[in-house]
Amino acid sequence: MSFFFEVLLGGLLAGVMYSLIAIGFVLIYKASGVFNFAQGSMVLFAALTFVSLLERSVPFWGAFVFTLLIMLVLAWAIERFVLRQLVNRPPITLFMATLGLSYIIEGLAQAVWGAQVHGLDLGVSDEPFELGGMLLSQFDLFAAAVAGTLVVLLSLLFNKTRTGIALRAVADDQLAALAVGIRLHRLWLIVWAVAGVVGLVAGLLWGARLGVQFSLSLIVLKALPVLIIGGFTSIGGAIVGGLIIGASEKLAEVFIGPIIGGGIENWFPYVLAMLFLLVRPAGLFGERAIERV
Amino acid sequence: MLYRESGQFVTSYRADQRVFRLWQERWGLALLLAVAFVMVPFIANDYWFSAILIPFLVLSLAGLGLNLLTGYAGQLSLGSAAFMAVGAFAAYNFHLRIEGMPFLLSFVFGGLAAAGVGVIFGLPSLRIKGFYLLVSTLAAQFFVQWVLTNFSWFSNNSSSGVITAPQLIIAGHDFSTPLGRYLLTLGIVAALTVLALSIVRSALGRNWMAVRDMDTAAAVIGISIARTKLVAFAVSSFFLGIAGSLWAFTYLGTVEPHGFDLTRSFQILFIIIIGGLGSVLGNFLGAAFIVLLPILLSNISNNLLAGAIDPGQLENIQKIIFGALIIFFLIKEPDGLARIWQSLKRRARVWPLRF
Repeated sequence: MSFFFEVLLGGLLAGVMYSLIAIGFVLIYKASGVFNFAQGSMVLFAALTFVSLLERSVPFWGAFVFTLLIMLVLAWAIERFVLRQLVNRPPITLFMATLGLSYIIEGLAQAVWGAQVHGLDLGVSDEPFELGGMLLSQFDLFAAAVAGTLVVLLSLLFNKTRTGIALRAVADDQLAALAVGIRLHRLWLIVWAVAGVVGLVAGLLWGARLGVQFSLSLIVLKALPVLIIGGFTSIGGAIVGGLIIGASEKLAEVFIGPIIGGGIENWFPYVLAMLFLLVRPAGLFGERAIERV
Repeated sequence: MLYRESGQFVTSYRADQRVFRLWQERWGLALLLAVAFVMVPFIANDYWFSAILIPFLVLSLAGLGLNLLTGYAGQLSLGSAAFMAVGAFAAYNFHLRIEGMPFLLSFVFGGLAAAGVGVIFGLPSLRIKGFYLLVSTLAAQFFVQWVLTNFSWFSNNSSSGVITAPQLIIAGHDFSTPLGRYLLTLGIVAALTVLALSIVRSALGRNWMAVRDMDTAAAVIGISIARTKLVAFAVSSFFLGIAGSLWAFTYLGTVEPHGFDLTRSFQILFIIIIGGLGSVLGNFLGAAFIVLLPILLSNISNNLLAGAIDPGQLENIQKIIFGALIIFFLIKEPDGLARIWQSLKRRARVWPLRF
């Protein structure tokens, strides 16, 4: 039984990492209705930039601030050259544009910084320690703490600041928000920049775990079932979805995997998300769409 | 210039329902096929067949399959390569395990198997739509690849799941030369393209478009959404399955499950974005673009820049160009290359006037 809990906790902590990616999605989806496929490549881009700066002996905080600035510039460029051109287009068009965007960002990141795997040390040791008879990873706890802090900060941003209220207005109804004088373009810029920052944090944590490499951009695919379960519009949902996916994926791998031949981690989350959808088409915390003809 | 519809009157419903209503279209098609079947074999060499023409045709067919689903029925899919894989591996097994199975028939059965799998993964589309559907098709993508890699039965216990094309012998004729493989591919693709053109003009195709444009409204006027969507998944997967068999047997010769990964799905999605959603012609234009652009880029870098760019960097640049082109098309010409062709035709009709 203790083994079960160990796997469960390990999974939950890994799930926090998925949530981090999913939050970036939710932010952009809430504010602009864009399903941002490029979030994964933004994670890769941020992590790669940061690690390459570190390797060129830029101090830690210098590299962090510089990468932040680059993410801001990226957000500005995306808003200016892609989103602004595609105002009022159907969501599927915007989705495909972010697909193109992800190709550009990935190509750019690798063209500038090279394609080799970089190690990243955040100064947090990954030694497991024992708690009540279970082995837990110190690094995972650190990641969970970072994610928790991020969620608190983001909820404060969304609920307590003027910008946050404007963002919620835009999410609710773009036209009405424009009509009361909210500057849409500036808000998009802000929200893409924030998503870039979330991407940077996620990229650092994932990069420290897996090494900074191309496959980082593929975790975006794992975030998809997380979003489905949590709902596209809820930050809390992203966290809960991440935990569910992380835990069930590990449990399935350990307990069901051996029966049907291992490696089921790759597709289990999707099947789980599909089953979820059959019961709740809008996810756990998503808003149910009302349709009119 | 070109031609107009004027003066060609239809006097029966039969004539009105034809896929190619104008004699210019019929003759144009016949001419095109004649060139492809008779003239190209004299002009092209083996490199052209193996590296350009066959992949172009197969990718066009795959694009056509996805376009029926995404462009006509409005269901987004990221699992095209999975259905291709099902088609290829099913065709391989049908041919291998059933004594005396004709080669072409195993293709058809492969396509049908893909259609069955497509319907299963299309089932969630009855409850969900839009981006949520991506998850179902991604599930197909990863699940199929996992099954084909982990259960070696599907690849006849070969190591790492590689399957090899059987002898391409149809009715006593050997199609194993590059020319033979080209002709075989061309024949199948041409037949299926005409089939697709007929489908999208039939009641089924109209239903797809109604569901795509607004499914609630389609349901209100009495279209069974569930059936329409599932048939779309089945037909699309059938086309993709056949494309997968062709990819495995006439283009590559040997293929492993990894050859049908997510990258391939994206490639097919790009074909239909660049070529044009909801257009049959667009798939061919998009596929030509996708096949030719990398060749063009590497030629430029080899000849003009004398190989100054190393291959890894070239791949990155190619990625950036692809991404930029996709965004460019979405902004400037959301209906793709097919739309450009349409407006060229319109311009030619009124030439020398502008409007």
